[in-house]
Amino acid sequence: MSTPLLHVSHLEKYYQKAHILHDVNFELNTGEVLTLLGPSGSGKSTLLRCLNGLEAYQQGAITFDGQAVTQKPKQWQQLRQQIGMVFQSYDLFPNRNVLENILLGPLKVQKRPRAAVLPEIQQLLKKVGMADYADAYPRQLSGGQKQRIAIVRALALKPKLMLFDEVTASLDPEMVRDVLNIIRQLAASHAMTMLVVTHEMDFAKQISDQVLFLADGQILEQTPGTQFFEQPQTERAQNFLASMDF
Amino acid sequence: MAHSGIDVLTAGSNFSRLLGGLWVTVKIALIAILIGTIVGILLGILRTLPNRPLRFILRLYLEFFRIVPTVVLLFLFYYILPKQFNVNLPAETVATLVFALWVASEMSDIVRGALESVPQHQKEAGQAIGLSYWQLQRYVLIPQAWPLGLPATVNLMTRVVKTTSLLMLISVMDVINIGQQIIEANNKTAPNGVFWIYGIIFMFYFIINYPLSRWDKHLNKRRLEANH
Repeated sequence: MSTPLLHVSHLEKYYQKAHILHDVNFELNTGEVLTLLGPSGSGKSTLLRCLNGLEAYQQGAITFDGQAVTQKPKQWQQLRQQIGMVFQSYDLFPNRNVLENILLGPLKVQKRPRAAVLPEIQQLLKKVGMADYADAYPRQLSGGQKQRIAIVRALALKPKLMLFDEVTASLDPEMVRDVLNIIRQLAASHAMTMLVVTHEMDFAKQISDQVLFLADGQILEQTPGTQFFEQPQTERAQNFLASMDF
Repeated sequence: MAHSGIDVLTAGSNFSRLLGGLWVTVKIALIAILIGTIVGILLGILRTLPNRPLRFILRLYLEFFRIVPTVVLLFLFYYILPKQFNVNLPAETVATLVFALWVASEMSDIVRGALESVPQHQKEAGQAIGLSYWQLQRYVLIPQAWPLGLPATVNLMTRVVKTTSLLMLISVMDVINIGQQIIEANNKTAPNGVFWIYGIIFMFYFIINYPLSRWDKHLNKRRLEANH
């Protein structure tokens, strides 16, 4: 047995008196795709944000790639180069064009030579169908295009783990597919380990190696593959799936 | 026929003396704006840190310079520094110092406000690609904050230039003080000279501040357009 890439044990998160996450435990092996499902406010996004230091947690332990997470800012800064994150609101830097958005991490954070990085980025842009947009500014792009660039910006750091936080939630329906296809391709290649928060159930069913169902900050179900969709165990999960009508 | 008094402007070296005074005014304003802006940007960044005692001290500094009238500040520094602390500085230096401290305090608030107006999401997106604190400031926050703070900065500049007219009170030989001297020297022979002298001083200030004010207007318009 190889050690898992990500190991989360007994994670507890409070926000003042509110108990946001309660005793969260799971493991994620290299190349696996884990989807986090659950009703709004169940703590999915918060859990994701705890995994790259955007939120602090109060108890529990995270081990990433054999390294114990200390929650020190310096360590997060290191770890974030290996844990990419894509947000619901894309959050491209409006003052930088597409290429500059993507290059910022590899050049300034990882201090890699531009000549080595450029071909990789052109490759990635081609993969997401955005090769002609290197000089465009974010305001000139549609939501779907921005999100594809945001994915490339995160991938450009060559992370070992990618976190996707409801990346299609603010997109027009016709743009959702393009973005999901990129993640599908990534999942199919088994080259990337991913944690995905989504409300797209068909998509979740296709890509999941493991499903975590979260409600009120607790993991209610933890199942491999598509089992969750076919035989949900708890009533909460059954109601949740019924409400998603897919 | 009554003497119009316009000759006062050109008599002797009057005009070049006025220009010399104008130069003193502009020099003090420029140096104060330059130093004040640099210090103010640093203080503004520090004021966005979560450190409470530091924020309190910087806030106190801002409020002191904002509440106390500039005249009082000038007198404080000009008369009390030498007397109580035995620090003797030339009037022009005191003036530059007071103005720089004032600009720095106002700038710190402009910079803080502008930095805090950059959406939190931008900060998180920068952190998520591994940027350090200063890299985040340099590549993400400051470039986005600066168009937000620029109109207020230009407005502050015009206020600084106008307020230099108080410098005569601590005997800096600025354009107002020189004008006053010329008026007094010519009061008997050309009682109407006062209109011409103040007229030309008005023009001087107008020539400096009008472009700034136009720039301010332009920036505000551009910002509104960018928001649409």
